[in-house]
Amino acid sequence: MSAIRFDDVWKEYGDHIVLERITMEVEPRAFIALVGPSGCGKTTLLRMLLGEEQPSRGQILVDGKPLPGEPDADRSVVFQRYSVFPHLTVLQNVLLGRELRDAKFMARLFGAARRAATDDAMALLAEVGLAGQEGKYPSALSGGMQQRLALAQAIMRGPKILLLDEPFGALDPGIRADIHLLMKRLWNETHLTVVMVTHDLSEAFGLATRVIALERSRNRPEERERYGATVSRDLEIFPRRSAEPRSSVQPAPIGTTRSDQEHQPGRPGALVLKEQP
Amino acid sequence: MRLVNIRPGRQTRFYLLALPFLLVAIAYFAGSSARLAQNPNDKLLPALPSMVQAVKQMAFEVDPRTGSYLMASDTVASLGRLGSALAISTVAALVLGIVIGLLPGANALLGPFVSVTSMVPPLALLPILFIVMGLGENSKIALIVIGTLPCMIRDLAMKVQELPREQIVKAQTLGASTWQIALRVAMPQTLPRLIDVLRLQLGPAWLFLIAAEAIASDSGLGYRIFLVRRYLAMDVIIPYVAWITLLAFLIDVGLRVLQRKAFPWFASVRAE
Repeated sequence: MSAIRFDDVWKEYGDHIVLERITMEVEPRAFIALVGPSGCGKTTLLRMLLGEEQPSRGQILVDGKPLPGEPDADRSVVFQRYSVFPHLTVLQNVLLGRELRDAKFMARLFGAARRAATDDAMALLAEVGLAGQEGKYPSALSGGMQQRLALAQAIMRGPKILLLDEPFGALDPGIRADIHLLMKRLWNETHLTVVMVTHDLSEAFGLATRVIALERSRNRPEERERYGATVSRDLEIFPRRSAEPRSSVQPAPIGTTRSDQEHQPGRPGALVLKEQP
Repeated sequence: MRLVNIRPGRQTRFYLLALPFLLVAIAYFAGSSARLAQNPNDKLLPALPSMVQAVKQMAFEVDPRTGSYLMASDTVASLGRLGSALAISTVAALVLGIVIGLLPGANALLGPFVSVTSMVPPLALLPILFIVMGLGENSKIALIVIGTLPCMIRDLAMKVQELPREQIVKAQTLGASTWQIALRVAMPQTLPRLIDVLRLQLGPAWLFLIAAEAIASDSGLGYRIFLVRRYLAMDVIIPYVAWITLLAFLIDVGLRVLQRKAFPWFASVRAE
């Protein structure tokens, strides 16, 4: 749950201006869809948000603070490809975030810590519809399942912002509709602010609270290098869409209780086993 | 039907596989019997029985001078050198390959240096090694390491750099430190590729082993071949060469099997 502010952001590669005069505010828990023609800098904008690239001018603020210069656990990402690790099974992929957080040196969990993390991961896998697949390697999953796994992996660590780079672009329409439902649910149930780059306008209008179009204002060949793309349309979806408030009084399953100690932004209230005397 | 579309069946494939081996054997034994018919004392192309006799003597009879089975002790000596050298090369290549491949700074520091050192002809360094380290095991192992390590580092660093950039970014968004990226993302994915690199370096490793043994040694497969060369003992040399080939082949097969069993996910990644 974070507000993002773009403050007159420019991106130039040498003489080539890709983006110019990007100024906008993104409210917490928004779902932003970035659309625009190929090569208009949508992905560049996302990579700057990710911290993989730095703006040439201006700055990006998250919750009022300048963005750190490299990717971190506050901002998670799902790419169109290569989002999950091919050498880890489904379960290991989801566990990885927790292992990286809790075991700084070994980057692996053992014993009770591992069992607890595994329980969380299995619950999350069931939520995204991957129950029963946990022992498989990603290459054995269909494209849609791989992206579900990528979403689960991204959310497990509890990010504040979720960045999606054409995540569903390579999927069949039917599978895409299913995963849209999942995406909506995850957005509603977690604290995420989502920024999604997409080619698909119906996807943009179907999921987002706000659709932002990037476009070059001047497109003559001799102007192309010297004028970057900028925000040309900024459309709020009507009727206004917003994330459902999280249902706060959900009874926890028998034998478990909701954890109030370890708050993880992004994760729906984690379930922990009730300590039996 | 076009040749590009003709796929041999299982059985045909087996016959095709055997054919070149068979042709070489036929050519050899035809030449051998022709020469032996002319001169029964000919030593250049010994017949099968005399090779069997020589192998029996080398492999299954105790050598009266050393009190050991020569072929076995030669094999142990050579494989010991090869094994320890390749173990050093493999571990060093894994560490340095990941460091150079993952860290742009290390790449700037060491990349060009490794490229240059991989161009040094290792055999030209052999005299230096003998002078510095003596004629013992160390200089032989050092030669194999020097001969294989730079190429292995270079290849492996390249493999690490070929990992999709998305994976490195993804790991960072899961909170991974540089160390954790190396440990959980780069290394596990580098290991199966390390086996590929090692397999490619097996040939050079054997070359340097035989060369070092030929020049200064008192045991080893290469030593034996060059020793009996003085007596034109082709009946020993040819079985020894066949034995070395078999060993190299078995090591290669073993590495391939290890790669398939230990990294079941790798086949589909490579197929992409």
